[in-house]
Amino acid sequence: MKHKRHWYDYLWIVSVLYLIAGFFNILFAWLGLLCFFIPLLIAAISGSKAYCNRYCGRGQLFARLGGLGMSRRKDVPRFLKSPYFRYGFLIFFFAMFFLMLWNTYLVFAGAKDLSQVVTLLWTFQVPWHWAYHGTLFSQRVAQFAFGFYSVMLTSTVLGLVTMILFKPRSWCVYCPMGTMTQLICKARLVTSSQKEESHTDIMKM
Amino acid sequence: MPIKRKARVNRRECVACGCCAAVCPKKAISIEHGVYADVDETKCVGCSRCALECPASAIHMEVMSHEA
Repeated sequence: MKHKRHWYDYLWIVSVLYLIAGFFNILFAWLGLLCFFIPLLIAAISGSKAYCNRYCGRGQLFARLGGLGMSRRKDVPRFLKSPYFRYGFLIFFFAMFFLMLWNTYLVFAGAKDLSQVVTLLWTFQVPWHWAYHGTLFSQRVAQFAFGFYSVMLTSTVLGLVTMILFKPRSWCVYCPMGTMTQLICKARLVTSSQKEESHTDIMKM
Repeated sequence: MPIKRKARVNRRECVACGCCAAVCPKKAISIEHGVYADVDETKCVGCSRCALECPASAIHMEVMSHEA
């Protein structure tokens, strides 16, 4: 039995287009912020992981590629799904994110020149100057775009590697956004059950 | 009598990504509160697609000892 396909089953195309667009004009990288704010808003407002479950184009892309036989479909190593690694990676990811914001600030403050590179895996500087055609805004807008595209490309590369080595959506196990939205949902669940408890306590009284 | 199998979720390891629910042919799996996957055992036919897809390998197929 096949599921009826919905519009959101094709969001993997958007993910691919996003990466391609950044190859031609780095300013498109800004759109990637949607992948940060939408999941957080959904988790905070509705207390669900609907983003991961339905709308995450990246997860769909990995599932599709895995479906094409590109994945070994082996279990991920035990450490990768341990809370230490998941939360540790979340913290590391955000530390790197803030470092990137700091670099953006330095360019804005005039302490640094705009560096037209994409940093892969937080280490390798890949020339990316062809995707920069000047900006209508200040240079920090472009610097943030380079930095943010680095984050998106790095996580895609990591996701592709673990897609090949392990299960197709292995990335989902240590995805910082996924870890964060699950944390938010857990917190909401705990507070709502506490509220319910205090409510029944009041009822008992 | 054929052996009955049902998917069981290890909630401790579940990352609530929803891959299982996406591949379930019976729509027997839902993600509860964005925290863990929950299998409706009355709908589960034991095909084990979810277990194969789960990136955290948090689902295993349990053989039911008697008719469920």
